[in-house]
Amino acid sequence: MGERVRIRASMPPGHIRAPAYLRGKTGVIERSLGAFGNPEQLAYGHAADKKQLYRVRFTMAELWGEGAEAPNDTVDAEIYDHWLEKV
Amino acid sequence: MSDIDGRRWHDMGGQTAGQIPMEGHDFALWEKRVDALMVLCGGKGLFTVDGLRRALEDMGEDAFEKHTYYERWIASVNQNLIEAGAYTLEELAGKMDEVAARGASYGEAQGDG
Amino acid sequence: MPHDHHDHLSPSGHPYRADNDGPLTYWQRMEIAVRELLIEKGVVTPAEINAQIDAMDARSPANGAAVVARAWTDADFKARLLADASAASREMGFDIGPLNLIAVENTATVHNLIVCTLCSCYPRNLLGLPPDWYKTREYRSRAVREPRAVLREFGVDLPNDVQVRVHDSTADMRYIVLPARPEGTDVLDEAALAELVTRDSMIGTGLPRNPQ
Repeated sequence: MGERVRIRASMPPGHIRAPAYLRGKTGVIERSLGAFGNPEQLAYGHAADKKQLYRVRFTMAELWGEGAEAPNDTVDAEIYDHWLEKV
Repeated sequence: MSDIDGRRWHDMGGQTAGQIPMEGHDFALWEKRVDALMVLCGGKGLFTVDGLRRALEDMGEDAFEKHTYYERWIASVNQNLIEAGAYTLEELAGKMDEVAARGASYGEAQGDG
Repeated sequence: MPHDHHDHLSPSGHPYRADNDGPLTYWQRMEIAVRELLIEKGVVTPAEINAQIDAMDARSPANGAAVVARAWTDADFKARLLADASAASREMGFDIGPLNLIAVENTATVHNLIVCTLCSCYPRNLLGLPPDWYKTREYRSRAVREPRAVLREFGVDLPNDVQVRVHDSTADMRYIVLPARPEGTDVLDEAALAELVTRDSMIGTGLPRNPQ
């Protein structure tokens, strides 16, 4: 926990649960949530690989830069490990 | 697909938007039935909530603006059931015509069951 | 006036609502057709559909309020709730199905807010179906970028020394806010405390009511 990670910046089409506003942004792993079926396979009726899911915390300063409403406020989101890059 | 950056329309976090509309509504029986069908079909392994979302997303932004929540849901439930082979388009067409012939209101269009 | 349907109650045993007497829409026609095809094919039974509707109707913010009030009055339960909110909800007897629930605690220095920017994920198996505003473009777009402005529209004006933590329900978890217990409630019992817990206070767009 506390590990810094970056969300992959790629933008493939299709059903993806890593929100666009987080892609390319760096956050900290808040907790590990266990393994869940990959929604990118489930969405199309395929058998799904289990993917580790993490809750990642981002500061508003990281997400929105100078325009952040309050830089130290945070956003947590659940991200599957194939969308995470080590920083 | 929302232009150059590849962000899709449903992926709304951080976009500029107006004041939050606070009005609500009670769910109608037909809406509750759509919800129940989704939950039951999911539980029986016919499709997943991600399948539901995928079809909703693929309908595009126009559908989001023009149709109500459960209108889009029944369209997506149907799409997923067709893909799962639960019934054929021919069967669906026949049943929808049969329903329409029963009466002009939702209550009157119910079958015997 | 809607005409009288009391001679045929809906399958869930309730009278048809007035809106069932409006002109049959294309989408309602599709719903009836899909439902009847699934019944004819033996995929679902009418009884299963009715039971599912009844189960969903039975879920309401009152369930969450009971969980919150228990946490306010029982420190051990609160610890269990924060460790595993699904297990704690089931411990209270609530049928939450496969819900994976995380409780996030509001304190003097932290305020939590729940959103789903990608669709409309909500702890429906505990609190019932979400309010319409939760599913709007406006809420989904703005909650992660300007939560304080959003909160002001709900009548909640947070001081700068309170940190806002937004939780975007992007995957398999659902969230419930454990609001802070209001001041001046020492004499209230668990049932009276539950009356103070609003739906919005468990989403984070509101605060609990103050005692009379």
